[in-house]
This record gives sequence, C-alpha cells and structure tokens, in this order.
Amino acid sequence: MQKYRHYSSSMKRSGKYIVSRKIDQIFINLYDVYKFILRFFKEVLFPPYEFKEVVRQCYEIGYKSLPLITLTGFITGLVFTKQSRPSLADFGATSWLPSLVSIAIIRALAPLVTALITAGKVGSQIGAELGSMNVTEQIDAMEVSGTNPFKFLVVTRMLATTFMIPLLAVYTCIVSLIGSYINVNQNEQTSYSSFVVSALQNISFLDLFSSIIKTTLFGFTIGAVGCYQGYNSSKGTEGVGKAANSAVVVSMFLIFIEEILVVQIVNAIR
Amino acid sequence: MKKQSTPIDESQHLISIKGLKKSFGDLHILRGIDLELYKGENLVVLGRSGTGKSVLIKIISGLLKPDEGTVHVLGYEVDKISIKELQKLRLKIGFSFQSSALYDSMTVKENLEFPLVRNSAHLTKKEIAFQIEDVLEGVGLLQALNQMPSELSGGQRKRIGIARTLIMRPEIMLYDEPTAGLDPITCIEINKLINEVQAQYNTSSIIITHDLTCAKSTGDRVMMLLEGRFAQTGTFEEVFASEDERIQTFYKYNFTS
Ligand SMILES: Nc1ncnc2c1ncn2[C@@H]1O[C@H](COP(=O)(O)OP(=O)(O)OP(=O)(O)O)[C@@H](O)[C@H]1O
Ligand SMILES: [Mg+2]
Repeated sequence: MQKYRHYSSSMKRSGKYIVSRKIDQIFINLYDVYKFILRFFKEVLFPPYEFKEVVRQCYEIGYKSLPLITLTGFITGLVFTKQSRPSLADFGATSWLPSLVSIAIIRALAPLVTALITAGKVGSQIGAELGSMNVTEQIDAMEVSGTNPFKFLVVTRMLATTFMIPLLAVYTCIVSLIGSYINVNQNEQTSYSSFVVSALQNISFLDLFSSIIKTTLFGFTIGAVGCYQGYNSSKGTEGVGKAANSAVVVSMFLIFIEEILVVQIVNAIR
Repeated sequence: MKKQSTPIDESQHLISIKGLKKSFGDLHILRGIDLELYKGENLVVLGRSGTGKSVLIKIISGLLKPDEGTVHVLGYEVDKISIKELQKLRLKIGFSFQSSALYDSMTVKENLEFPLVRNSAHLTKKEIAFQIEDVLEGVGLLQALNQMPSELSGGQRKRIGIARTLIMRPEIMLYDEPTAGLDPITCIEINKLINEVQAQYNTSSIIITHDLTCAKSTGDRVMMLLEGRFAQTGTFEEVFASEDERIQTFYKYNFTS
C-alpha cells in the first residue's frame, strides 16, 4: 500500500530527465495510473468493506443519471429509426427496420451513448468532488483519522460505476427500442409483438455478452479516470476544474479506443 | 495570561524531532528542525506564512515524508513504521486542519461518527450517540448536530473540526492555525477551548500560528520558526525579549496591523 499520498513518482527525480521533461512525465503518469489501478484491485478484496457507501454511490451515479439517459436513449432510438427509413424504403425493405435498428442499438449505440453521457455527467462529478475534497484537505483529514480514504472514496466510486454503467446501458437499450417502436408503429402500423420478434430475431448471445463486457469496461474506465484525476488533482481551485475537465476528456478518449478494440475482438470471434 | 492546570512532565517526550529537513524541488522549506514536545504542554510554533509550519505537522502526522532527520511520535519513527502501525498511531494524534476540513457531504453528526464507527467497532449505537453529544457539548455546539458544514460559520467549523479529533481521545493534538481568519472575540474563544482541551483531555499539543494573542494565551512554550530553523525557544516573554531583528519585526507588525 502506498503510504505517502503526496509522494508521486514524479517527485522522486528532480532535475534529470531520461528523454525530455514532457515525455518522461507521460511515462511517469502512466506508471502512476498503473499503480492506482493495481491498488484498487488490492483494496477491493480486503476488509473493511464500505457497503453502505457503495450503495449510496450506486444511487448517486446510477439512479440520478436516469432522467438524462432516458431522454437521450429515447431520442436516439426514435431519430435513428426515422433517419434510416428512407434508405430502406428505396428497396422496399422497411420491414427490416426493427431488426436493423435493434442491431445498431444493442451492438453500438446504447453502450456508446450511455458511456459518453455518463462520462460527461458522472466523470466530471467524480473528478470535481474528489478534487475539491483534496483541495480542502478532506482527504488528508480522512487519512489522519485512521481511515483509508482510497477505500472510502475511490474503491466505492469505481465499484459503483463498474456496476451501474452496464445496467444503465441495458436501460438505454430498452428506452431506445421503445423510441424506435413508436416511430415504426406510426409509419408501418407494426404491432408491439411483431416489432419485438423481428427486433430480437438477429440478436445473438455474443451481441448481448459483448455489450455487457464492453459497458463494464467503460464503467470501470469512467470511475478510474474520474477518481484518478480528482484524487491526484493539484491544489487550488484551478486543480478542481482541471480534474473535472480531464476526467471527461480522457475517459471519452479511452472509451473510443476500447470500443474499437472490443469490436475487433468480437468480429474475430464471430 | 495562561492559567496552568496540568503539570508538565519534561522527562517524557511525546514527539521528538532531530535534524529534520524537507524540500520541494529547489525550495528548501525545513532546514534542520529539532523539537521536543513534553507531556502535558502546549507548544506554540510561530512563523510567517510559507515558512513550512503546515509542512512540519504534516510530517509529524505522516502525511508528508521527511527528506532527512528522524521524527519520533510516541516512541514510533513515523516514516519507518508500516502503514498499519501508522494508522493505529494516528488515532492517538488529533489533527485540526487550517481549513477545518469537515466532510462537506456529511452532517456534523456524520462527520463525528466517521472516525468512530471505523475505528471502534465494538461501540453500540447508543454509546456512539452519547460520545458525539458529549464531545459536542464540550465545544459548545450541541445544537449544530444535524447541520451541514456549509451552514456553519468559520469559528463553528473550527470547533467541529476540533470535536471530530477529540472524539478519538487523542494524546497529542496538532492545531494548524486554529485562529486564522476569525474575528478577535472568536479567537479568544478558540484559545480558551484549546486550554480547556489541554486540561480536560490531558492532551499535549503543538499549536501552529502566526497570531501572537493565540500564542500568548495558549502556549506554555513558544518556538519561533525562521528560515527553516527554530531561532528562539522559551516562554512567550523570553522569545520576544530576543534582540533578533526578525523576531522584533514579527512582534511589531502583529500588533500594528
Ligand atoms: N505538497 C507540496 N508540494 C509542493 N510544495 C509544497 C507542498 N506543501 C507545501 N509546499 C510549499 O511549502 C511552503 C510552506 O508551506 P506551508 O503550507 O507549510 O506554509 P505555512 O507556514 O503553513 O504558511 P501559512 O501560514 O500560510 O499556512 C510553501 O511555499 C509551499 O509552496
Ligand atoms: Mg499553514
């Protein structure tokens, strides 16, 4: 376990650089991130556990994101269906619409939309919250009161995002499909049951499974990046702003990279 | 003038620091600090802003790592012991932060509960509630029990911060600028509280400040931190009887501003 929180590896060597200051710093940061994630896995396994705080964070992160997720999910489904119709209509294939839309939503849209929305909402919240706790010495106060702030603040939030983002993504799927159904029902008078049947026709177990894995990974990323940025923010009000900002930017960037990687892997399996 | 309540035992050193040095990059903040805290005393560390007073007590509580020198607290060498031992040791040290550092997402009650439920698992709910009320009464803020920190004034926050550390019954108290940013009357109240804590809880304290009124009314012994070293040690009167120009300047400006 790391005893001195303010003693990051970047402080160890001052003055001498291996390549240049900036490039050295990137590798030092990567090493710090690696240690941060390693510490998460070490501390999540051993007691004491902060169950109550995990539940509270799940509520904060999951439940409180519902309104925004509902709105974006619904509109995504509705608009995507509406915009796809003309190109299918050219071939007289509008009956394929439910299955096309559901593949797009389940495989790509719902996980991505959920992850990007929560990266913006939850990521910035975590970054700013931990950042300001750091600035106002609240994290130090926890440390000197004989409790482990990493466990109470970081582990709980990372667990909560890792659990809640997949659940939110499932919810987004459902809401998007409802949005899509409303549009299909208006235009083609498809019944509810036949929409569901044709929507789920081409969905395989691999699709569902890979989406769940993907969103779990996204959730972990959002939690880890937000916590890392906040927990290690520089002192001062500026540090809080920076932590919130880079929590969003870095996690969105990583989400896209992870998306590409997972798609490659899944396509190789398929 | 300060009233002496508990006897000071100079043979017992609760904190003992030798040759402590600390730099941040090229900034040499502490350049060879020697300090002993006797049992039962209030030791005041005086110094201008940026002389490294906060750094000093952060090193004592194991938040920062010393570059050189040894720091013994209650017989343990702070930077050598394991994190487990350090956590245990920290329960015997109360740290009142410069910014109070109350957890602002929690009520006053939850703030006080926080260290207690995590470190004294054997306590029942009733006992916890009793201890919280007891310690809140001690700092005169029983009515704030269910308030949020954001609803409190600066002086009240300081008191709650002190109460939160007292709840663990520490042997050593570290006060970082207990009176900074408070009006003169509240300052006097806080000074009184510090002396009451010393008498009631039998603590030995290090009080860090640049406020001479606070130093005078709480300190059994005063140390003057100048350019990374202690320039003068003694009672308040002894320290400011010094001919050192820097100490005289410090004295003059404290009362004229
Ligand atoms: N974690 C840190 N990293 C880098 N520099 C630091 C760190 N902590 C403190 N410093 C530097 O050490 C110096 C002393 O800081 P410190 O907070 O101890 O001052 P202080 O004596 O408590 O002053 P004040 O009365 O304003 O609280 C400052 O110049 C500060 O920039
Ligand atoms: Mg300070």
